[in-house]
Amino acid sequence: MKIAVLIKQVPDTETKIRIKADSSGTEADGIKYIISPYDEYAVEEALKTKEKAGAGEVVVVSLGPARCVEAIRTALAMGADRGIHIDDGGIPMDPFVTAKVLANALKNENPSIIFTGRQAIDDDAAQVPQMVAEFLNLPQVMIAEKFELNAAKNGATVYRRVGGGAKEVYDVAFPALVGAEKGLNTPRYASLPGIMKAKTKPMAALKASDLVGEAKPKTVNTNYRLPPERKAGKVLQGEPEQVVKELVKLLREEAKVI
Amino acid sequence: MGNILVIGEHQDGKVKKVTQELVTKAAELAGQIGGEVDVVLVGHGLQNPAELGSFGAKKVYVVDTPKLEKYNTEGCVKVISDLAQEAKPSVILGTASPLGKDLLPRLAARLNAGLAADCTDLKIDGGKLVATRPIYSGKAFVDVKFEGDLQIASARPNSFVAKAAGAGASAEVVQKNIDPGELRAVMKEIVKGKSDKADLTEAAVIVSGGRAMKAAENFKILNELADVIGATVGASRAAVDSGYAAHDMQVGQTGKVVNPNLYIACGISGAIQHLAGMRTSKVIVAINKDPEAPIFTKADYGIVGDLFQVVPLLTQEFKKVLTE
Repeated sequence: MKIAVLIKQVPDTETKIRIKADSSGTEADGIKYIISPYDEYAVEEALKTKEKAGAGEVVVVSLGPARCVEAIRTALAMGADRGIHIDDGGIPMDPFVTAKVLANALKNENPSIIFTGRQAIDDDAAQVPQMVAEFLNLPQVMIAEKFELNAAKNGATVYRRVGGGAKEVYDVAFPALVGAEKGLNTPRYASLPGIMKAKTKPMAALKASDLVGEAKPKTVNTNYRLPPERKAGKVLQGEPEQVVKELVKLLREEAKVI
Repeated sequence: MGNILVIGEHQDGKVKKVTQELVTKAAELAGQIGGEVDVVLVGHGLQNPAELGSFGAKKVYVVDTPKLEKYNTEGCVKVISDLAQEAKPSVILGTASPLGKDLLPRLAARLNAGLAADCTDLKIDGGKLVATRPIYSGKAFVDVKFEGDLQIASARPNSFVAKAAGAGASAEVVQKNIDPGELRAVMKEIVKGKSDKADLTEAAVIVSGGRAMKAAENFKILNELADVIGATVGASRAAVDSGYAAHDMQVGQTGKVVNPNLYIACGISGAIQHLAGMRTSKVIVAINKDPEAPIFTKADYGIVGDLFQVVPLLTQEFKKVLTE
């Protein structure tokens, strides 16, 4: 069974975001990069599924600048078999173009399952996976927190988290795309032998410009800015009974939220 | 002239509040581009769609089919894209709910259009839509502009206020018979959650607990407060990773990004990832023993104290004043 995983390299969650002086984007220097956390669940689920299927390969695909190779190597060290790095080459990208490039790269691979995170934690767009599924004409199940391969290994039962603690349970036949949510699994760490082995695993280098076709960005981001800084408000002083009374009064009369 | 098509959502056939919010906002935007607001509702057994008229909708397209009684991505994309190709709106708006987040990107791809997802504000500039959205879970904001004629955006719940401007006005209901086509991922069932509370992403009031909750059973005191003030209970990543709370309760950069009117943070120190997930809350209350906790620098109201003492007192006080 061939399983593809789409991963994105993003700034670590602890990163303090700085905006370029001309508001055209965010500053990129001095940032520590990681695999987007939801994509790590995708890698883990791909490895587990391959183990359950008993045979196959896990191919990790990432689109971005040269540094993304590190993210792919990390996934290879976790146990993936092969990497594909698609260099963006600085061409104008938005989720639509990104999805086109990834879909075109995957067309040649023709995997049974595509795992990816439910969203990347940098642009938070949460739309590339669904667009990839559309461009490849595959069924999708997003925000998956449980994935069970069926006995015939030609489909799965997937639990998708929706509002208020409810879950939708889907039966999906392969090929299909699944978007991973937190809770799906606990990603394994890359072992030292795994890290050593990863260095010799195959890594293909593709160019986005060769895969983009006629696709052009449909959206443009402008006016990057920091949110208005929240200021510290009132800290209420006194005996707990008194302070609580005052807080309830303020929430009702001043803030008018209860 | 361009019309706005709103993708309506319903639960058990009843139109959801988020859709009323969105129709209200769409009516304001449509006024600026000289168009009308239409709504599409897909499902089975839909009740009172005409009532959306009071929020400013002109027409409500109803696609009632037993095949889509349960939500289905492919079926809904097919139905709504077929309808959009016929109705030719210049803007399509949906909610950034679990349904909208699933549906709209695929719909945009099908319609060869761009999507601005999970927006907190929408405006018209020079006859075109400009959508404001948080990135890095709200650590920064960006404006999205569109290339091309069709502009699609999804809005975060609670971003707009639903106003029944034309009380009693009813929309024209247009029944549409559109085939949902082949469905390959099929929903077998919905497993209901334990609570009947609003999802965190839609909740107007949230009470959240952090590492200082010390144990899962201590969330009981937050549940009691939540019951009194109609809140949904959330948790910090520290509380979730310590096993005190379920994954779907996590607020923050790798959990849910929330947008309530009131957020009460109990025993949460305020890590950058947590602040990112709740910073658009309109009013923040922090209860924490540590006066130096970063959460106090963002909170509108703070109480330095032991949550195990303060929270039950707060519950009592609310119970008292709310029953008066």
